[in-house]
Amino acid sequence: MIDIDKSETLTELERRLLDCCQRDFPLTSTPYADIARRLGADEAEVLAALERLQAMGTISRIGAVLKPRAVGASTLAAMAVPAERLDEVAALVSGYREVNHNYEREHELNLWFVATAFSERHLAAVLDDIETRTGLTVQRLPMIEDYHIDLGFKLKWA
Amino acid sequence: MGLISAVATAPTPALDERDRALLETIRNGLPLVAKPYAAIAAALGMSEREVTERLQALLGNGVIKRFGIVVRHHELGYGANAMVVWDVPDARVARLGRRMAMFDFVTLCYRRARSLPAWRYNLYCMIHGRDRAAAEANIAKLIEACDLRTVPHAVLFSRRRFKQCGASYRDQPTGNIKHGRGR
Repeated sequence: MIDIDKSETLTELERRLLDCCQRDFPLTSTPYADIARRLGADEAEVLAALERLQAMGTISRIGAVLKPRAVGASTLAAMAVPAERLDEVAALVSGYREVNHNYEREHELNLWFVATAFSERHLAAVLDDIETRTGLTVQRLPMIEDYHIDLGFKLKWA
Repeated sequence: MGLISAVATAPTPALDERDRALLETIRNGLPLVAKPYAAIAAALGMSEREVTERLQALLGNGVIKRFGIVVRHHELGYGANAMVVWDVPDARVARLGRRMAMFDFVTLCYRRARSLPAWRYNLYCMIHGRDRAAAEANIAKLIEACDLRTVPHAVLFSRRRFKQCGASYRDQPTGNIKHGRGR
């Protein structure tokens, strides 16, 4: 675990939300009010804190993390993109609704993304389309087994 | 590709159209309103109870691994994110993967298909750190603890994030749905 130094920019309530609510989010009619009660705050404060965390980009969303390949087809993919084309190719790749993560990494294979689709056929069509439009090869690295049990990200406040 | 289907993980539970529509609707997150499930239900023509019961069932059968706040590591001060990849003999990979996954600084751990000759690696773990040095110290710890000195590996730090959002499984080739915050 690693220390975190964002504590000065986050309020006590925001930190407690990040600690309490990365898993087992209440499936009740009024989940924010229920969390507020648990944290000794009120619903409006919790909603405002979550809005701020989202606006700051600290949280991506409140939602479901799906088991890879449980719903449709997905794969990790990588491309070796010439440096001068990286911005252009990254934007092209991010433009697909089927691409949900897209990162530059330090390697000859420098563009890494995850693509998901309803079916294997649709997924293959998306990757083929990226190859056609960029003239670059897409390495397809589908998952075989997942060893990690996702409990959220443990934060250690400094 | 034969290998993948042969070693496939747990069987995929059957999802019906309403499950798929529900997952698509929440892929960019629950709305920040007092009754978020009722709002989703209204958009889908379901009852609130159907929404929460379906989500509960999807958690129960493992389709949803986790339901809650999804954080962005970088914005939380975890600036260094290294994907570490290993070329492990197939016979050793499951045991090693399960062992690596137990370290608290390992946030993802997967076996993936190789793509020879371009890519030899078959075991992946994601390691976060406040900075590069912290991430590197964790990698060194992992190598020591799991006896990985002779295992070929590569460390791929992230430079820029172009996009991070929930997955879409809609069965239509083009998007008329809002992309949400695409980054």
